[in-house]
Amino acid sequence: MAKTRQVVFARALNEALREEFERDDSVFLVGEEVGGIFGVTRGLDRRFGEKRVRCTPISEAAFTGLAVGAAMVGLRPIVEIMYLDFVTVCWDQIANQAAKLRYMSGGQISLPLVIRGQQGNLTREAAQHSQQIEGWCAQVPGLKVVMPATVEDAKGLLKSAIRDDNPVIFVEHRGLYDLKGPMPKGEYTTPLGVAKVHREGTDITVVATSLALQKALAAAEALADEISVEVVDPRTLVPLDTETILQSVRKTGRLLVAHDAPVRLGFGAEVVRAVTEEAFAALQTAPRVVGGTNLPMPYSSVLEDACIPSEDDITQAIRQVVKS
Amino acid sequence: MKPTEEQMKAMLRTMLTIRGFEATARALYTANWESGNFLGALHSYEGQEAVATGACACLRQDDYVFSTHRGHGHFIAKGGDIKAMFAELLGKEAGCSRGRGGSMHMFDPGKGLMGGNGIVGGGIPLALGPAFAANYLGSDQVTVTFFGDGASSQGVFHESFNLAALWDLPLIFVCENNRYAVGTPASQGISVPNLSVRAAGYGCPGVTVDGDDPVAVYEAVSEAIAHARAGNGPSLVEAVTHRHSTHCMVMRETREEPELDKMKEYDPIPRFEQRLQESGIIGADELTQLKEEVSQLIEAAVAFAENAAFPDPATVADGLWVG
Repeated sequence: MAKTRQVVFARALNEALREEFERDDSVFLVGEEVGGIFGVTRGLDRRFGEKRVRCTPISEAAFTGLAVGAAMVGLRPIVEIMYLDFVTVCWDQIANQAAKLRYMSGGQISLPLVIRGQQGNLTREAAQHSQQIEGWCAQVPGLKVVMPATVEDAKGLLKSAIRDDNPVIFVEHRGLYDLKGPMPKGEYTTPLGVAKVHREGTDITVVATSLALQKALAAAEALADEISVEVVDPRTLVPLDTETILQSVRKTGRLLVAHDAPVRLGFGAEVVRAVTEEAFAALQTAPRVVGGTNLPMPYSSVLEDACIPSEDDITQAIRQVVKS
Repeated sequence: MKPTEEQMKAMLRTMLTIRGFEATARALYTANWESGNFLGALHSYEGQEAVATGACACLRQDDYVFSTHRGHGHFIAKGGDIKAMFAELLGKEAGCSRGRGGSMHMFDPGKGLMGGNGIVGGGIPLALGPAFAANYLGSDQVTVTFFGDGASSQGVFHESFNLAALWDLPLIFVCENNRYAVGTPASQGISVPNLSVRAAGYGCPGVTVDGDDPVAVYEAVSEAIAHARAGNGPSLVEAVTHRHSTHCMVMRETREEPELDKMKEYDPIPRFEQRLQESGIIGADELTQLKEEVSQLIEAAVAFAENAAFPDPATVADGLWVG
């Protein structure tokens, strides 16, 4: 096991950016007030200069389009969307352009592009600043969708995303930015499309993404004397490592998917589909999804808390699946 | 800058090739449609040949062009291969996008052809990218983004112009004002009589030219390119032109007869032929020979496309991702 050090999630992302900027001159960053807000890009402007760390006007469509076009001619842009909710104002550049141009060109161009930013809840910013966009993106053929849930993966996955020759949507939860955890020392990357079994167990498989993974791990720990919970983080939604999930369910015979995004037509439904199609015979009880409500996020803290699954909600859902 | 006599002859050849390509494409479309095959939407460039021809005559092979839904003319004028274009229209593997793109998505990145676009204005923000890359890498390449009067009402036009001006990007906005956004007349869609004035809003040069005259387009665009290559940022060239046929093959004509009759007067090709003949740049025999050569090339290209193989359905997922 490589030596590790304790850092916070946002710092791990910052280090990934620094290392990839050092490694490849074609990597550059555009976005609003990059170098400052939320700390992920902090200090990059001073280290690499405004040529490579470009603060933009509030023109998501223009600067995302710029990044797509720059990727078409071989640069490796990283776009920061200040709140991922704002992909709505550059959705054409993401869904109609970045996702499709390579395919429509018959494979003549490539799009080494990362679009990253933070999303989620906890800061009580109401419905236009508290969404989960991963499902929107995962519905568009051509986009890769990556969601780190640990400090180690934050750095390793971002480095892989930057080196990937395809458009990657890199989804960070702002509730994870201050999470402290071990990070391997030295150079490493984490491959896209490979799930990770964070905790082994025999009674139930819990597949959880982003902040929900941390809640699922806490729930599994709290239930340790009662139920043996296996916790799997897919890490990338597209491409999805279905095989690791299926292997786990074949072992445990039970499945719960936990995420913050609304359950309707969501990632959990997709995992349940894949598992029921491929491993129906292994299921001892009905699989379940615990996720966000199908509502715009309300402002009031008590209302917001009612819309996102808590650790306790996940604990109850585990018990329900195991004991049904 | 003015085009040389040789350039003008080459421009006439380009215009005749575009016209011949579009007439043949329409015939192919109709024949296929009658036998139950749809060849997409097909937006004809007939009538607007002088714009693509004049603008692309100013460009080097390593300069970039972002095209539109009405993009066949840009593709031909920038040096694209008409065999690969016809093959693309027919959905063949030998097509310039391997049959994955069709009429609105023709690519030849080696010639700087970065694709058409199915979204009105969709290419404009993308064109910022190669222009940014030129500055980033220290090259003197320029990028041209073609778009119509309809796209000038899209938000991306304004966002992109502001950013290009702010960062002095070597980008030339060439607006083909054919006076109709699909079927909506410019008078119902645009708040100013001439779109070129909008450049002033971003502190940039803007000029309106006769888009049915390839020399006028060449002069304006070459000036804009010199401005961009010198590091002075973007310009807007509004080329006022005329679309001879309906918006696309699946839509009926909404304009009335008297207006459509006037298209003959605006037609850039007879005008340019006459000009070259009167100034002694091309003789009658040479013109006849040129037309014959062009029609033979088109015939050969169609035959190539018709004989080409369809893609193997087993390869349908090819090209989605690298690796």
